[in-house]
Amino acid sequence: MLLDPTSLGEVGRSDSSLRRFLHGLPGVDQVGADARAAALSTRSIKTTAKAFAIDLAISMIDLTTLEGSDTPGKVRSLCAKALAPDPHDPTVPRTAAVCVYNDLVGLAKADLGDSGVKVAAVATAFPSGRASLSVKLADSRDAVLQGADEIDMVIDRGAFLSGRYLEIFEEIAAVKGVCHEGGATAHLKVILETGELQTYDNVRRASWLAMLAGADFIKTSTGKISPAATLPVTLVMLEACRDWHDITGVRIGMKPAGGIRTTKDAMKYLVLVNETVGTEWLTPDLFRLGASSLLNDLLLQRQKMATGRYSGPDYVTVD
Amino acid sequence: MPAPFEYAPAPESRSVVDIASSYGLFIDGAFVDGTGTTIKSINPATEEVLAEISVASDADVDRAVKAARRAYTRVWSKTSGAERAKYLYRIARLVQERSRELAVLETLDNGKPIKESRDVDIPLVAAHFFYYAGWADKLEHAGFGPDPKPLGVAAQVIPWNFPLLMLAWKIAPALAAGNTVVLKPAETTPLTALLFADICQQADLPPGVVNIVTGAGETGKALVEHPGVDKVAFTGSTEVGKAIARSVAGTSKKLTLELGGKAANIVFDDAPVDQTVEGIVAGIFFNQGHVCCAGSRLLVQESIADELVTRLKRRLGTLRLGDPLDKNTDIGAINSLEQLERIRHLAGVGDDEGAERWTADCDLPAKGYWFAPTVFTGVSQAHRIAREEIFGPVLSVLTFRTPSEAVEKANNTPYGLSAGIWTEKGSRILKTAAAMRAGVVWANTFNRFDPTSPFGGYKESGYGREGGRHGLAAYLDVV
Repeated sequence: MLLDPTSLGEVGRSDSSLRRFLHGLPGVDQVGADARAAALSTRSIKTTAKAFAIDLAISMIDLTTLEGSDTPGKVRSLCAKALAPDPHDPTVPRTAAVCVYNDLVGLAKADLGDSGVKVAAVATAFPSGRASLSVKLADSRDAVLQGADEIDMVIDRGAFLSGRYLEIFEEIAAVKGVCHEGGATAHLKVILETGELQTYDNVRRASWLAMLAGADFIKTSTGKISPAATLPVTLVMLEACRDWHDITGVRIGMKPAGGIRTTKDAMKYLVLVNETVGTEWLTPDLFRLGASSLLNDLLLQRQKMATGRYSGPDYVTVD
Repeated sequence: MPAPFEYAPAPESRSVVDIASSYGLFIDGAFVDGTGTTIKSINPATEEVLAEISVASDADVDRAVKAARRAYTRVWSKTSGAERAKYLYRIARLVQERSRELAVLETLDNGKPIKESRDVDIPLVAAHFFYYAGWADKLEHAGFGPDPKPLGVAAQVIPWNFPLLMLAWKIAPALAAGNTVVLKPAETTPLTALLFADICQQADLPPGVVNIVTGAGETGKALVEHPGVDKVAFTGSTEVGKAIARSVAGTSKKLTLELGGKAANIVFDDAPVDQTVEGIVAGIFFNQGHVCCAGSRLLVQESIADELVTRLKRRLGTLRLGDPLDKNTDIGAINSLEQLERIRHLAGVGDDEGAERWTADCDLPAKGYWFAPTVFTGVSQAHRIAREEIFGPVLSVLTFRTPSEAVEKANNTPYGLSAGIWTEKGSRILKTAAAMRAGVVWANTFNRFDPTSPFGGYKESGYGREGGRHGLAAYLDVV
């Protein structure tokens, strides 16, 4: 067997058992992975399929603002946008979540209430992850206490690149513990920052490491490092989700984030999901798009499909 | 479960091509009526008649060969390499300019998916003309001595699986080296060759340098046996190749043959598994398996065989079979009823031999010629489906235990056109590749083509090389 389900429980015992497992995963041929992603991106999504995909993509967006200059006003306008992306068209679905820094969670939560739009908080010394475990846990706890529905944590890429897999495993497990403290049920998204991991072998290993340690979602990027999400990286991560499901029966979610700006980009990601892990993942519960400017392009395309004409940037709201 | 993401039909428009109701022959720079009978070229996806095609008679072939001889003697042999290059570059650019038209026509006539004619066939056609255009004025630097000479008139007979691409493989090096040609496209797929004749006119290629005679086996026989040709180049079945070799024997004609194959795609237990699955799919389901170098024998290390086959079947479940003009179609139509019957027959032989047949779950259109992607497991070396070329979307899965067994089984075939090797271990790639009795060996990829790379076979897969610097030798008076 390429992957042995019976050993999974034992894997997280030590650095060496993790190393044995992660380095025993089948390799990823970069040329082949790039070619597969490129081939899928030539799918032609038109008419009814496009309309379906646009609404699906909107419903999967984690509408994000992660700037030093974020203010209560900025977050409020983002929440309003998430609730009613197109003020003139109530048939537009809401986005999946609003994603903000930790200190703005309470504000977002107050605005979004029980609308169903989740609040995601980046935590664990986002984006670099360079802080002690206690600081990271305090950061996460703070977000959970303020009512965050989802915690987007970063892994310690330095630890990964120097082979300290157990440290990352334990960190993820500890943050997962915080997500469930005091009866909370926050979902945990684990950001791999694939732009810093560089190789697809590393991406596959980091994906498995995160899933072994308890991630509910695996996520490509912080958006602060280039390259952020790419199609082949997302393909490799989706394959890890698929293989994990084969073994455990559990579906882990996937979130590409950063650099997804156009409807065409979003379509390509949805095709990738559709043809790699299948229909079961085509829900905001299992697939998210971390983006900010993408939503307006989706809205413009949606208007175009409804009216047959392109409007323009003045016909969608600036947030 | 969430709603399925159904792709709406996304057909490429046919309006870009004009198909005449009937076609003559292209001889001496002009379309002329044939003196023989006619046949119909049909769209294998719909059985719709596309056009009536002339069957060139012996007299027509003779006329074409004489035109080629005249053009060779009076014009082309006196045209400098730099001038020949200009024509080839012009043709290459015209192919690019008219690529959509060529792709749609190829798909209509052949049945292959538009994404393949658009993204593979036609770009490679242009690439071949560009590549050999570059050689035309550099032949003295090609390693064949200070002043290599052309052969004269080349008779070229090509198959139906990559109609325009095979034309490019034949015509581009021939013209670059200074020969003139008479080319016969396959009887089921003549239309892009006839459109190419139009491109030759558009490029102002001197009359007679390229002649296209359409027809079936008899026309091909008349062409290769014509005493006025200096060179015969054939791509097609081993059976016909042998007949041509017999007829050419004892004459001064030079011969190159690119024939059948039964390539092994070898998967070691340390292969990059997801990319390997893609490579297996590309190896045998690309172009409906109508590929002489198709990876039709999957040789997989026994320890991972079950899991690999499970993954492969899951992947095959996502292939989209149907309207070849739909941009999302992965698997198009089988080129002809005759070929479909051959595939059905050999698949039936697989059943009789006791191999286990698995077929991808997909609806076949009511009209046209279709065969769903099929995998046979439990195949052994003794089975006919492990030995005979099926030339369709049918994969035979065999297993091996050790690297030496893999090599032995891979080479245990009368063919030797191509092979694939899948492993993350570089040294194993090199060792295995060196042991392969096959003209092309791909490592961690399959069915990749490039004009710079020579292509050709060992044993019953033929002789001579096409592509690259080596491809020039077939059209020059060199050993």
